[in-house]
Amino acid sequence: MSQQRIFWIIAIIIIAGLAFYGIEIAGLKPLSILEATFLAMTPLVLAAVGECINEKAGVVNIGLEGILLITSVLGVYGAELFGNGWGGLLFGVLIGALIGLFMGLISVYAKAAQVVAGMGINIFALGFVPFLLRAIWAFPGIHLFPRTLMVQPLPTPIGRINPVTIIAIATAVLGSLLLHRTVLGFRIKACGERPEAADVAGIRVDLIRVFTATLGGALCGLGGAFMPLGWFGGVVKEISAGRGFIALACVVFAGLEPLLALAAAFIFGFAEGFAYAVAITPGVKEVIPFYFVHMIPYVTTLLVVTIAIGQRRFPAASGLPYSRE
Amino acid sequence: MRWLRALRPILESLSAIIVGLIVGSILMVFFKYQPLKAYAALFKGAFGSTGDILETLAFSVPIMLTAITFALGVRTGLFNIGAEGQMYLGAIGAVAVAGLLHLPPVIHVLAATLAGMVAGALWSVIPALLKVWRGVHEVISTIMFNWIAYHFSIYLAIYFLAQPGRAERTVPALPTARYPVLVEGSTLTAVIFVAWAFCLFVYFYLWGTRAGYELRLVGENPHAARYAGASAKKAILISFLLGGVAAGLAGASQIIGRPPAWSLYATLGNVSSLGFDGIGVALIGRNHPLGGILAAILYGALAHGGRYMEYQAGVDSEMVRAINGIIIVALSIPELWAIIKRSIKR
Repeated sequence: MSQQRIFWIIAIIIIAGLAFYGIEIAGLKPLSILEATFLAMTPLVLAAVGECINEKAGVVNIGLEGILLITSVLGVYGAELFGNGWGGLLFGVLIGALIGLFMGLISVYAKAAQVVAGMGINIFALGFVPFLLRAIWAFPGIHLFPRTLMVQPLPTPIGRINPVTIIAIATAVLGSLLLHRTVLGFRIKACGERPEAADVAGIRVDLIRVFTATLGGALCGLGGAFMPLGWFGGVVKEISAGRGFIALACVVFAGLEPLLALAAAFIFGFAEGFAYAVAITPGVKEVIPFYFVHMIPYVTTLLVVTIAIGQRRFPAASGLPYSRE
Repeated sequence: MRWLRALRPILESLSAIIVGLIVGSILMVFFKYQPLKAYAALFKGAFGSTGDILETLAFSVPIMLTAITFALGVRTGLFNIGAEGQMYLGAIGAVAVAGLLHLPPVIHVLAATLAGMVAGALWSVIPALLKVWRGVHEVISTIMFNWIAYHFSIYLAIYFLAQPGRAERTVPALPTARYPVLVEGSTLTAVIFVAWAFCLFVYFYLWGTRAGYELRLVGENPHAARYAGASAKKAILISFLLGGVAAGLAGASQIIGRPPAWSLYATLGNVSSLGFDGIGVALIGRNHPLGGILAAILYGALAHGGRYMEYQAGVDSEMVRAINGIIIVALSIPELWAIIKRSIKR
């Protein structure tokens, strides 16, 4: 682990500790903020870790927002189909993997302009989700599903934590191990840095890229299905509210390191949890219009990215198609 | 075969649209709708009568302008997707001047238009500076600014611009600040001429001036641009600001150039997503301001016909936006045309 990374992680822990201390003095409940932080960071971590891995291999997918949106709706659909929240999460994973696979295939074999294709996925979702809501539930507005389909949180000493949050944190650790400690990880990085060298060394660049894009989509799909099934308890067409792009900001902040992406997601999740806590605090909610409270996550994202950017290095061939000459 | 090569951009755009419609129909079948009935209704809704054609043109106004925002970005090597937020602020600026100020007839329209353009441009300043100074990627900064603009605009609409007694929308534009309706009973107003003029202006700016040439050079070949002494920072700033002006005008056009509301809904319902629609329009129009006019009419037809499709076939009109997304994905594939040609030959 590089010194800089250790510095960042220690700095984040200290800032978080001070922030929680400050919050307690201000009269808010830190435990509820921590719980909200864990909920808000979960989709960000999942989407960001997946994106770190597929960007390392050379596929840039900015369609995370679209995948989150589509899988949140279809996750609920799956949960109602199987009568089980976990079934819905799995369905979300499946749909996310399919979109990731599609993204991988068109990036690798059809040499698509990846940023354009990813934006296409986002805009597709913008229209497809209202279509889905009406097609499935015959109603374009909010859809609430039975509480029994929710994935229940586990009681822990630091508050109730959803099992998906634990999976997300584990994913970040495993993703880091995968990239830095396994042969597959070295191959993934080779495909992003020097695809021609990887090709000469006998690595199937195309398969690795398609595989990582699928994996990234699957993780993002879990994050998408988690939003209604583990967190909100309902689904609307604006459910992801820019989280796909906040996840991209995590990736940029992290310079494609899954553990740093986890740290970034914690910061952004905290910003959101803090915003919720502020929004419902008596004495505050009357003074500050909640429209400004809603801006906190986006402003935080901008600030963090602006401060942290500059020292990051990205794979040389990320976002570029590779073909044998 | 030379004529085929000249037609190639048009054929590519058309084949992408066809791919979009086909994939859209597959999705409709999947959810037990009748795609033929839906598309028949869509095209009848879009071109069925003179009135419908006028509506289609009215729908093309904001998206040809937000398309300029994106196209200018692409021409400078940027992926500027901030039109959405800049458009909200443009609408707010137009409402403020058109609804609250009292000015003489012609001056009022001009002032309200200008207010929209300036507000849109102002909202693009910070992402532009972040890009130039810190290298913050515009995809992240502009999307964050879109969401901040969303909440900020609703706040302004409700706290400062609300119509007394009608909480769901802002004060309407005063009659002196409205563009005249061209044909009685349609929603097409003279604002379309302003939009066309703006597209022409951007065209002449990009291909007729030195600054426009430098802007394109920065986008096409940054190294050559540096040799030629063109400043990338200046080009990026101009691209963002001019894009913001276009998006702001798009927002204003929906307030002072679009009956029957002549105002902004507090949910931003009558402007939302027009900025994202512009991305598809720009790509279909090959990131060219004049191509964008034609593409906007095509997409305007889909958008207007989509409402009739919802009424006739039950398919949500938002499906048109999904088809737009598929078209964008299809256009991202440079070999789409080659793939189609190969499969036709077979």
